[in-house]
Amino acid sequence: MDNTITRRRRHELLIGAVLLAALAVLPLPIHDVYTRNLIIITLLFAGLSQAWNILGGYCGQISLGHSLYFGVGAYVSTLLFVGGHIPPPLGMIAGGLVAASMALLVGWPCFRLSGHYYAIATVVVQEIGYLLFLNWDWVGGASGVYVPFRGESWMNLQFRTAKLPYHYVVLGFAALTWLVAWWIEGSRWGFSWRAVKDDVVAARSLGVRIFQSKMIAAAISGFFTGIGGAIFAQYVGYIDPDSILSGQLAILIALPAVLGGVGTLWGPFIGAAVLIPLRELSSSYLGSSGSGLDLMLYGALIMGVALLRPQGLGSLFKRGDSHARTA
Amino acid sequence: MPALLEVRCVSKSFGGVAANVDISFDVAEGEILGLLGPNGAGKTSLFNSISGEVSPDQGDILLGGKQVSGKGPFACAAAGIARTFQVVRSFESMSVLENVMVGAFSRHASSKAAMQAAYATIEFCGLSARADSPAHLLSPAEKRRLEVARALATEPRVLLLDEMLTGLTPTEAQGGVQLVRDVQARGVTIIMVEHVMEVVLPLVSRAVVLNLGRVLTIGSPAEIVKHPDVIRAYLGDRYAAH
Repeated sequence: MDNTITRRRRHELLIGAVLLAALAVLPLPIHDVYTRNLIIITLLFAGLSQAWNILGGYCGQISLGHSLYFGVGAYVSTLLFVGGHIPPPLGMIAGGLVAASMALLVGWPCFRLSGHYYAIATVVVQEIGYLLFLNWDWVGGASGVYVPFRGESWMNLQFRTAKLPYHYVVLGFAALTWLVAWWIEGSRWGFSWRAVKDDVVAARSLGVRIFQSKMIAAAISGFFTGIGGAIFAQYVGYIDPDSILSGQLAILIALPAVLGGVGTLWGPFIGAAVLIPLRELSSSYLGSSGSGLDLMLYGALIMGVALLRPQGLGSLFKRGDSHARTA
Repeated sequence: MPALLEVRCVSKSFGGVAANVDISFDVAEGEILGLLGPNGAGKTSLFNSISGEVSPDQGDILLGGKQVSGKGPFACAAAGIARTFQVVRSFESMSVLENVMVGAFSRHASSKAAMQAAYATIEFCGLSARADSPAHLLSPAEKRRLEVARALATEPRVLLLDEMLTGLTPTEAQGGVQLVRDVQARGVTIIMVEHVMEVVLPLVSRAVVLNLGRVLTIGSPAEIVKHPDVIRAYLGDRYAAH
């Protein structure tokens, strides 16, 4: 059947494929390490924010604690690699699964809370996770864990100086999260979740299982966030609670989606493409940690979007109906 | 006619306020039953119990002989009870088609089948021209139709209409009355809450009148309008003597 929904979805898939091809060749003419690194981090956060969007955007459950799943994924994969010699491509799956379990564990009591209470609970849980890891000596405590170099290979997900392989790893990660979001949009789950987000009472009356919907969304979201954490750990080669479990990171995971358009397929990617380079530039020109000027910049950006484009930057590219959303 | 829905001695209180007290009635298969009463009579509370949104404190509600009360909205929807809301609750970020598909997914697992079913329901409810419009752009009358379409997409045996005709212009209300008749013609049993007597009474075969949470009387429209208790509840003692 040919209609607006299936046509739009096919159209999106085509744009996705073209973009994927473009991003695959993008780093080839770029040899400057700084720029390549910037692109890698941008793609990583595009994928992370898309993972966040699956729960926060489509299902409307705003999490401000996603760095917990990111950190848990990174720790599990890294510790399996360091202690058990388990290759990171497998370790990251384990990390994703543990992160998904954590998301379910947080969801079990917290999804019974409505609206803002869930968001507040996620902040608290993330903070508890941060403190636990900070004081847990077996996982390195505050001094963190170094990922030992065991030779360049895809199996180890380690490459001495080349950035290019990492580019394809994060590109694959971002593409995968996009594809999952695309699939969800067209599936029964996607419809149920958006209904939960718009009106719980109406959704319930139509036979949508509210709690189950939230739990599935949380598990998928947590899984991919954990995978992202594991990739980050291999890329950076060192993890500690401050770099992978902080509240600021949790905000940074959510922000691209908020900026680009919550609950939309392209929002997280557009938001990451704007926010991450801006963050890098502001921290190199204004000085990063301590001064807080870069944080003020985010704040201004969010306020600007909230006032001028509450549907997110992604809506600038849309024709027609989206303009009337504020009515 | 056999009773499809049985309400047996249902009571429900919120805090100290008794919203429903010992309410019993049957609804026959294929019937349109009116649920009438002044503001605060407990009509919406009873709808909430029947649709599973709340559990009655006492009493049972049976659909086709099987208990549905206290089992939650999911079980009620699965058993075949659907409802609309007094204050419309469209999924505002979704199109009309997507709204109705949410209901259709309760009977169809695949998106394709759900979409086909949703299209058919939208056409039945006279919203075809608006299928791709975002729900928030609909007029109030169209939103009421959307509520009906979404509920019908769950393929209910019993449809609860909560003030579906309230706030519409006379022409729109007439269209709504026609839609109710069409739904009945499909074999769906209907219970409708309505304030406006002259709209409901020609439509229903029987009506239950509630007042202050209790059943005042049950009867045909002709019996209802003459019943002294009904006149007293609506107009006060002065008019009840005749």
